[in-house]
Amino acid sequence: MATTTIDRNAKQFVLTIQDYSLFSGRAFLNLFTPPVYWTDFLIQADVIGWGSLVIVMLVGFFTGGVLALQSSATLESFGATSVTGRFVALSMIRELGAVLTGIMVSGRNASSIASELGSMVVTEQIDAMRALGVDPMRKLVTPRIFAAITMLFFLTIVANGCGILGGAAVTIFMNHQNGTQYFSMAWQGLEFRDILQGLVKPLFFGYIISSVACYSGLRTTGGTEGVGRSTIAAVVWSSVLIIIADYLISQVMLSIFR
Amino acid sequence: MSRMVVPAQKEAVAPPPNGSPVVEMRGVSIAFDGPPILQDVNFTIEPGETRILLGPAGIGKSVLLKLVNGLLRPDSGSIRLFGEEITRRREDLLFPLRARTGMVFQEGALFDSLTVRDNVAYQLIQEQVSDDEIDSRVREALSFVGLEQTFDLYPSSLSGGMRRRVAIARALIHQPELLLYDSPTGGLDPVTSYTIIELIGKQRDVYRTPSLMVTHRLQDAFMLCTNRFDPAAGRMVPLAKGQTDPRTTFLMLSDGRLIFDGSLHELLHTEDPFVREFLA
Repeated sequence: MATTTIDRNAKQFVLTIQDYSLFSGRAFLNLFTPPVYWTDFLIQADVIGWGSLVIVMLVGFFTGGVLALQSSATLESFGATSVTGRFVALSMIRELGAVLTGIMVSGRNASSIASELGSMVVTEQIDAMRALGVDPMRKLVTPRIFAAITMLFFLTIVANGCGILGGAAVTIFMNHQNGTQYFSMAWQGLEFRDILQGLVKPLFFGYIISSVACYSGLRTTGGTEGVGRSTIAAVVWSSVLIIIADYLISQVMLSIFR
Repeated sequence: MSRMVVPAQKEAVAPPPNGSPVVEMRGVSIAFDGPPILQDVNFTIEPGETRILLGPAGIGKSVLLKLVNGLLRPDSGSIRLFGEEITRRREDLLFPLRARTGMVFQEGALFDSLTVRDNVAYQLIQEQVSDDEIDSRVREALSFVGLEQTFDLYPSSLSGGMRRRVAIARALIHQPELLLYDSPTGGLDPVTSYTIIELIGKQRDVYRTPSLMVTHRLQDAFMLCTNRFDPAAGRMVPLAKGQTDPRTTFLMLSDGRLIFDGSLHELLHTEDPFVREFLA
């Protein structure tokens, strides 16, 4: 009995991976063939980008601040408080800016996308769209995926900037160190590979967040209770996949720029 | 109940060029993780014909309706829509065929985020028709269902019956060659149900659009069959005693199989015990 259950679950897992891969691949390729719904892209870019801006700025600012706060104590014991700026900038740009922005956008937008599309499924709005001759993949999924990729790229830059400013605020006003030195060290410590790494990640994270959310939403079954399950699955899986993808991308980038 | 406006007459929909049925289902079966929902279903819808699919709730009527325009795919059998085989057709190639059909869903399935105007004009907006033409055609469609005043409203501010009527307007605006109604009066009060059936009768008698209506309400089915829409009076009037509409016929589902296919007279005189029990 237990073997049968494991067997069935394993098959279901493999089928889900296959289904998700085909789904997300098709949604991505739709951008290169007409019709492309640019108006929907702009609406989603506004919802995802502008709507997430404030929380991303806040998270970035205070993460930079806490990095400066925590690191300064340790760096002080080595007499190296002057490198606080470098530490904060590198941490934010290489890792934290992209990952935290991804997690925040996942929490805010993956849930809303999955619940919106899930509600449309259970109220037959998706079927109605198909019956009216409109492809929901092109109309709903493709614009969300490209809006998420584009906006996550810019939101990560904003988060990085706010993080460096947050670190500067703590360094200058709380640790009473030299601001010029902080920014100078931050700038000097950065290399092309760091910035490239930091800006490649959000492209993947945006794709993961939106494709997982759209997939969860459009595969909703079981009425309103199912919408709740889809929303949870979208947030959990997109967050977990962001962390896994972050590790894999870091590994690849480090091996390229060793 | 207020009388409804009859819009300018348009030409009756032409039958498929080769004279084939509008819909033809042969040996269709489908199952979802369990026993079959439909088994070996065969029927046709001829040009100008209205077919009423009867059966108790949960018997697979809506599934059958969704098979007709390819929203679901059968496990076996053949479905021809407008003379074209759709059973194994790719999803993107089905959209042009679906655009030629109008479908009214059980609860209306209006898009919550769009106004009534944008819901009704959904297909026209996708086709980038000019705003002026959209407004004019939406007003005409809303006038047909007696809801001109809802033009700027959102679906959330409409009653269940009004949503159903807006859904009918949305299905009609593109002048479909086939109409599919999924329990259009389900859950509605008798007065609103009468309005909906009157609209369906009007579409049948004024435009002669072939249609398939799913229902479990016998009174709706019989009313459609024993009345005709009088354009002069702007309402349904009973046919002479003993007369029925010859283009309105019945199908009945039981245990996944089509157990009846015929006229109202044949339905009332069948010996099938399930049909007799259903009619009782």
